[in-house]
Amino acid sequence: MADTVVQAQPVTAADSPHQGSSSDPQQRRSAPARRKSRTIRVLRAWQLYVLLAPTLVYFLVFKYWPMYGVQIAFRDYTPAGGFTESPWAGVDHFVRFFSSYQFGTVVSNTLLLAIMNLAFVFPIPILLALLVNQLAQGRFRRFVQNVLYAPTFISTVVVVGILFILLSPRAGLINNAIGLFGGEPIFFMGSAEWFRPVYVASSVWQEAGFNMVVYLAALAGIDPALHDAAKVDGASKLRRVWHIDLPGIAPVISVLFILAVGNLLNLGFEKALLMQTDLNVAASQVIQTYTYEVGLQQAQFSYASAIGLFNSVLNLALLLTFNQVARRARQSSLW
Amino acid sequence: MTTQLMRPPVTPRGTAFRRRLADPLFNAFAMTILGFALIAVIYPIYFIVIASVSEPARVYEGQVWFWPVGFTLDGYARLLTDATVWRGLGNSLLYTGLATALSVALVVSAGYVLSRRDLPGRKTITFLLVVTLFFDGGIIPRYLVVGDLGLLDTVGAMILPGAVAVWNVVIARAFFESSLPDEIREAAQMDGASDFRFFFRIAVPLSKPLIALMIVIHLIWNWNGFFDALIYLNNPDLYPLQLVLRNILVQSDLSGSSNLSGDLASYEAAQRLAELLKYSAIVFASVPLLLMVPFLQRFFTQGALLGAVKN
Repeated sequence: MADTVVQAQPVTAADSPHQGSSSDPQQRRSAPARRKSRTIRVLRAWQLYVLLAPTLVYFLVFKYWPMYGVQIAFRDYTPAGGFTESPWAGVDHFVRFFSSYQFGTVVSNTLLLAIMNLAFVFPIPILLALLVNQLAQGRFRRFVQNVLYAPTFISTVVVVGILFILLSPRAGLINNAIGLFGGEPIFFMGSAEWFRPVYVASSVWQEAGFNMVVYLAALAGIDPALHDAAKVDGASKLRRVWHIDLPGIAPVISVLFILAVGNLLNLGFEKALLMQTDLNVAASQVIQTYTYEVGLQQAQFSYASAIGLFNSVLNLALLLTFNQVARRARQSSLW
Repeated sequence: MTTQLMRPPVTPRGTAFRRRLADPLFNAFAMTILGFALIAVIYPIYFIVIASVSEPARVYEGQVWFWPVGFTLDGYARLLTDATVWRGLGNSLLYTGLATALSVALVVSAGYVLSRRDLPGRKTITFLLVVTLFFDGGIIPRYLVVGDLGLLDTVGAMILPGAVAVWNVVIARAFFESSLPDEIREAAQMDGASDFRFFFRIAVPLSKPLIALMIVIHLIWNWNGFFDALIYLNNPDLYPLQLVLRNILVQSDLSGSSNLSGDLASYEAAQRLAELLKYSAIVFASVPLLLMVPFLQRFFTQGALLGAVKN
């Protein structure tokens, strides 16, 4: 992704090797001649375009057509009118959303959940990777990796199912343990204040291992000579983690952080939907679950599209902001 | 540790002494954290496995902690005689197989083509693909498009709308860029190989690690996905396993509950059997996959490496 910008202009970069040594005279040619040679190169590459065509069709149909269809957020969608013939409604749906009593709750729920999720789900895998990398070698390392990694393979439906079972107020494992120590049972899934802690903790449980493996792969790329040299100088493990390992994976951390921020409002929507109960809805109703409820359950397509568009724009704004900040801070960004 | 750190590290002897104390402390700290993490991951899964073969009443009373109490297979018997579970399993196998085959074919071919530096328009096309990572129309317009295509309540809805993930195309492109030098292609083209021929005869056979990774990723995604089914399918006969599980686990919609008798004791017993069924359902849906983790992890480490290199 990054190299799409870094690279030279494709016209020169793409001087294809099979045209032999003609690249030098080519650059001196006049503009029309160059345009002509581009046409020839496009025609010559037709087989490549054939290989790419199904993917392009997919993107046009399932990505760009919905983007075009997002205009129904500004229309009153009717099934007969579709995306382009339904009557215009201006910004009515946005005004309705912004002035609805749901707006404040839904937006703050979304941001709170996303930020709490980011604050815990993002750093913990880094910590785990640094520890595993320093500590475990050979079989033990593979064992730790495999175990921590395993929950990635469990579907979100099952993870939420496990939560409902283990946190059940009457006979769940957690409440039995609380009872053993003489505490009062807690109705985790049926209370708004427990929704976010349970959500975040289960996200850590499910995702930390996968992200840890990414950082472990980056740590494996650090030159062992650095560690050897530091050891000769008498640096302790903690010092080496701090001065070698952490700077070594800093570029990966910052890219993953930007990506995580860019997806801040999208991640985990399925889980919020699954975890939602009538009793915790005050905390669990996020923008996306609200879109789902309004759009797909109540069939208010235009209103729901407006809410969805608001979500997308907010997401994009967050991504651009953080990318800018990261670029200023460490000269590493997505583009 | 602090007192040792205050001693100036002047002699090699002092340095060695300090390291002898600092590193064991670090190791102890690391072991504690990792031990806690291992238990936090293993124990809930282990508990569900033993609870699924325990007497439901004992689980309910909190007597099951470390081993099964009152061994029973009733939960599994009930689960495996449920027609919706088997139908869901069949549907999931069908959707997962078809969707994975299509996705891998598209991702590998698109990744290869976009790795070709001599492709006119490569930059523009890559940009158009990547844009969709950061902005999309949202679920409502997508739902309406799928509806306009007549895909609602068809197998197509489970295969087409999520067929290509941009991130995987980026990984595939990085793989081809780093492992398929231009020289090989130039040599093949010198010998008269067309782009098709080169792709199918040389690029694909050389990309077995990539294809294996993509198959594993898509198998797991498709197998575990439920959201597309939730929004695009209304007909319960088409439900994949995850949606059936959702009904059992999350919505507690237990298909046999209508034939419960009225008296309270047996109602409670049936309720507890229904709880037991949940434990069995979790084991049934997850443990086979978990047993494959050691074999699958190799592919993901490669994938993580590819991603990290790219980054």
